[in-house]
Amino acid sequence: MTVGLTHFLVVSTLLFSMGLYAIITRKNAILVLMGVELILNSANINFVAFSRFGNFGYSGHLVALFVIVLAAAEAAIALAIVLNIYKNLSTVNVDEIDNLRD
Amino acid sequence: MNYYDLIFYLFAAVTILSALMVVTNRNIVHSAFYLLFTFFGVAGLYVLLAADFIAIVQLIVYVGGILILLLFGVMLTNKITNVEIRTGTINLVPAVIGVGLLAGALLAAVINAPWKINNIEQAVPTTNILGTLLLQEYLLIFELLGIVLLIALIGAASIARK
Repeated sequence: MTVGLTHFLVVSTLLFSMGLYAIITRKNAILVLMGVELILNSANINFVAFSRFGNFGYSGHLVALFVIVLAAAEAAIALAIVLNIYKNLSTVNVDEIDNLRD
Repeated sequence: MNYYDLIFYLFAAVTILSALMVVTNRNIVHSAFYLLFTFFGVAGLYVLLAADFIAIVQLIVYVGGILILLLFGVMLTNKITNVEIRTGTINLVPAVIGVGLLAGALLAAVINAPWKINNIEQAVPTTNILGTLLLQEYLLIFELLGIVLLIALIGAASIARK
């Protein structure tokens, strides 16, 4: 069985599942961000794989580029927010940040 | 089994195993370093998909930028003088069950779907093609992304320095 579209999709599915698992289970906000990055990477693999094996030209490559740019912006903003949370509450554990709860 | 398949399995194994280490390791710094190998593996998969430019951008932006940013985040939000840079987990059992079910369903869907495969053309260098497309069909999105990056830069700076 030669490597085809399905193999790449399986890899990206596994990567997505692990990113989701990290987002759900990790306490530290930075590890939650790492989970988000894993999910974005898995989406990118899908875009590029469909661009290679489907009939879409190079649009998939460009969408992957846009996703990478947005991921960079997202990481910068999210880390700024996390640093502010740490400055104000001196913790970054997402289960301890419940000040808005009564 | 030819060399393409062999290299694919190598990169896939690197990606999946290091991602597994990222999500299960209890030390945050170790997780960040395993994330490096995941990004390298994904860049290798892009090369196998004939996306050379995307692979290089992945290396430059993710490994050179986002990963360094995440490492800075780890350094600045933990007391480095403590030897323990560890983190706990929550919702472990429901997460394993839910994510396992979701992954099983997705894998079954992906493997059983009747994908319509076009005949694959020869791999060509993509930088030229992508540059032309960016400045013609996708010009508006390209410019908007520049504005988004500028706003993100200003926003991140102003949030972080208050």
